[in-house]
Amino acid sequence: MHEWEEQLRALLSDKRVFTELADRYSYSFDASFGEHLPEVVVQPKTTEEVQTIMKIANQFGLAVTPRGQGTCLSGGPLPVKGGILLDMAQWPREINVFADDLIAVVTPSVLTADIHAAAENHGLMYPPDPSSAHVSTIGGNLAENSGGPRGLKYGVTKDFVIGLEIVTPEGEVMHTGGRTIKNVTGYDLTKLLVGSEGTLGVITKATLKLVPKPPAVQTMMAAFTDMATAGKAISKTLTSGVLPAKMEFMDRACIEAVERYRPSGLPTASEALLLIELDGHPETIKLEAEQVKQILLELKADPIITAESDEEAQKLWSARKLVSPAIATIKPTKISEDATVPRSRIPEMMERLKQIKEDYQVELVVFGHIGDGNLHPDIMCDQRDEEEMIRAEKAVAEIFRAALDLGGTLSGEHGIGTMKAPFMEQEMGEVGVSMLKRIKEAWDPNNIMNPGKIFAEKGQKLVLRDG
Amino acid sequence: MADTLKDMLRYDLTFDCVQCGYCLPVCPTYETMERETHSPRGRINLIKMVAEGKASVEDLKQPIDKCLGCMACTTVCPTDVKYGQLFESAKHVIDEYEEKTFIQQKTEHFLFHSFFPSAAWMDQLGNATWLYQVSGLQKAARRLNVMSAAPLHLDKFEQVLPPAPSPKERHARKNRLHPDGPPKAVVAFFTGCVMDSVFFRQNEKTMELLRLSGAEVQLPKTQTCCGALHAHAGKEPEAVTLARENIRAFEETPVDYIVNNAGGCGAQLHKYGELFAGDPEWEERAKAFSDKVRDITEVLVELDGLEFTERVEETYTYQPSCHMTNVQKVKEPPLQLIRSVPGVTLKELDRPDFCCGSAGIYNITQHEDAMDILDVKMEDVKRQCPEGIVTTNPGCMLQMKLGIQREGLEEEIDTVHIVDLLMKAKPVAKKAVKA
Ligand SMILES: Cc1cc2nc3c(=O)[nH]c(=O)nc-3n(C[C@H](O)[C@H](O)[C@H](O)COP(=O)(O)OP(=O)(O)OC[C@H]3O[C@@H](n4cnc5c(N)ncnc54)[C@H](O)[C@@H]3O)c2cc1C
Ligand code: SF4
Ligand code: SF4
Repeated sequence: MHEWEEQLRALLSDKRVFTELADRYSYSFDASFGEHLPEVVVQPKTTEEVQTIMKIANQFGLAVTPRGQGTCLSGGPLPVKGGILLDMAQWPREINVFADDLIAVVTPSVLTADIHAAAENHGLMYPPDPSSAHVSTIGGNLAENSGGPRGLKYGVTKDFVIGLEIVTPEGEVMHTGGRTIKNVTGYDLTKLLVGSEGTLGVITKATLKLVPKPPAVQTMMAAFTDMATAGKAISKTLTSGVLPAKMEFMDRACIEAVERYRPSGLPTASEALLLIELDGHPETIKLEAEQVKQILLELKADPIITAESDEEAQKLWSARKLVSPAIATIKPTKISEDATVPRSRIPEMMERLKQIKEDYQVELVVFGHIGDGNLHPDIMCDQRDEEEMIRAEKAVAEIFRAALDLGGTLSGEHGIGTMKAPFMEQEMGEVGVSMLKRIKEAWDPNNIMNPGKIFAEKGQKLVLRDG
Repeated sequence: MADTLKDMLRYDLTFDCVQCGYCLPVCPTYETMERETHSPRGRINLIKMVAEGKASVEDLKQPIDKCLGCMACTTVCPTDVKYGQLFESAKHVIDEYEEKTFIQQKTEHFLFHSFFPSAAWMDQLGNATWLYQVSGLQKAARRLNVMSAAPLHLDKFEQVLPPAPSPKERHARKNRLHPDGPPKAVVAFFTGCVMDSVFFRQNEKTMELLRLSGAEVQLPKTQTCCGALHAHAGKEPEAVTLARENIRAFEETPVDYIVNNAGGCGAQLHKYGELFAGDPEWEERAKAFSDKVRDITEVLVELDGLEFTERVEETYTYQPSCHMTNVQKVKEPPLQLIRSVPGVTLKELDRPDFCCGSAGIYNITQHEDAMDILDVKMEDVKRQCPEGIVTTNPGCMLQMKLGIQREGLEEEIDTVHIVDLLMKAKPVAKKAVKA
């Protein structure tokens, strides 16, 4: 047995240190692509344990990769350099809501949906709502700066974290921020750590901001025969004084897939389907719904449906929820992208995507959080079809290029990880990437904290094939 | 060998898993064993790794052995991964590859070839029931000093077994029951092998409830064990043989439904169609069989022929059978029936769909792990403060009894099969409403 393994076993007991092949393979993947075996999987349950693990890792030069529930779509928790896989999911789950301060203090393993439920018990809301909320951990959400439909009105994870407890790559404990909304003391390290994808430290506790739960919601659906008009509907609504909580979108391919999968009476002849949710005081949203309806009518959306009951609202949303299972029937392998563009460029982006679909002959469907420009162009393919995967890789690269050409970004919410690392310079420029690297080097002098992420190695390319 | 490991493990099906992790929160073993290796996503990935030759069949054994087969994962999977098929083929491969001790082989041979399928065994033995028999086998093995296999912990189950019927009672059973009026339906009753020995009385009650509801009830004589335990143990050929026998037995007279009262058996009977897919001689017959299979609760709700004459002023909670919920997709009828009993207060569990840990013979073969899962279940039960637990499957019923005993709550909480509860309220045939 290696000396480091002995030390880890002494620290955590055999129950929380795994070196068997079956266990190592079980932590070799996430929801994206690639498979990398860690040498050992460990399950810390206290901050002190993480500190000791980091010290052992530094002493023996082992890489350390944190992992929540492995739902990442960009390769963040893959142990690409082997070493220690830090399974954070078994950490005892604790949520403490301090209703008077409108904050919640949580441990890293807590599931996002459990924070939603705990806040609601106090008439409060934790807005970030990634669709993986019932599976993903807050640690993963913080590391990826995850977001969801409510991002439009409320913002994403980074807008709701005001304090963190971190174990640094060298094994020290650090606290950032605090329990106050306003805090300008020093550099904003909290925001630096959020979205750092586990490359700057291990999150061991977080203080989150909550907001009052809006008393009522109103859901609406509208269909358009062309994308340009749908784009107009979005900008007109957003400049009319109304800020919906959510504005979601499905393209024709999605609508058709859902109708094939479970006929729901969706308008299959439409190019774009919008789902809008307003939230606030019941009287206010009544007026706002009327206002939105006028805009939709002027633009000749057809049909326009305003949900009359909770049940009807759920029925409307179920169409959007069915997108995932429905498109899975097209082909088994899904490449989920999250390229994001300024809202005014959405129709152009849709044109570019159409072109990419034709040029590379790929099954491309588009849906997403259109209100904030965050599209999900998903390519449905088959991993076993090498030739198709090569076309898919090229199409993905083109999608990134299109987003950047239009003043957008590689990733709205899924993160860079291994998958988008080769494209970083295109977006940030040489100086930008170099500044990031300098920060990384200063924080993690031995380069052991989740190495191989965000920064591409020389000549690294996007590869979605195994081997 | 004609089939490659990839074929045998249904490698093709593993590609349907997009590793999204949506199944993690519902998997009981991921919760209690606290590692991805014992999660659905981890198991599917390992099957893939073994098929690709990156890991060995031996590496796969423990994770698959520790799977309950409860199929909760299949109900939340957005891409509809065929986990049931992957699980059973993995079991089969493990069974084929495993070198077994002589006594293990003997025990298995007796259990799967003679014991479960044999109505005659059950019958002759009278009150020497399934579990007693297995424990007898254990004692014999011990005497021969060859018992190196894992202890079966059967003593724990002996204490919770219901009193068995006398051989006389058994033989007095009729093969056909007629309703008081003209029959509303003709049904054949699938007795189940364990059900018909250990739970003989529940079977009697089931038939009586069907009769009172206006059904003519037939008992095909040549029926045999459903084969669920064989399929879950990786003994597919045996499961197929039993299925053929049952299909034949139930083809003899035409009936509207084939009724059973054990969630696990019902699920297997439902799968006969799938079992013979592509078999020119049997596929159609198997499908016709499966199409007629119904749980007792579905049929009682449909016939709507019962009227209760006594109130049962008690609070019950309900532990659904995983195979009934997740495979047969029967959810509402049992709840509807419980609510229909006058006086009963139903307090549902917070997590009814979390397996109780019984899972066929899992609570015997993986005893410690099953008890960890049972502990989670009992916490939920205690939160509801019930006077009784209603079940719809013999395995669940025994497991809940065991749970109550472990908590020392025998005086406070009773465990019943749903037919026990219905009979307690003294049902009679509903009077025909005059037009
Ligand atoms: C079906 C599906 C839908 C999704 N929908 C959305 C969506 O709507 N919006 C969205 O933003 N994302 C979405 N995602 C992506 C994913 O769920 C999020 O990125 C999520 O935050 C990951 O959480 P996790 O617990 O699974 O973390 P993991 O995937 O395990 O890890 C993610 C990253 O966090 C790091 N990490 C984990 N825990 C810690 C910690 N305690 N300290 C430091 N670093 C840590 C890891 O090293 C890794 O880099 C979706 C994924 C799937 C599969
Ligand atoms: S929910 Fe389905 S697709 Fe997702 S990880 Fe589980 S089995 Fe795979
Ligand atoms: S069948 Fe049950 S125990 Fe097995 S993987 Fe699925 S949810 Fe877990």
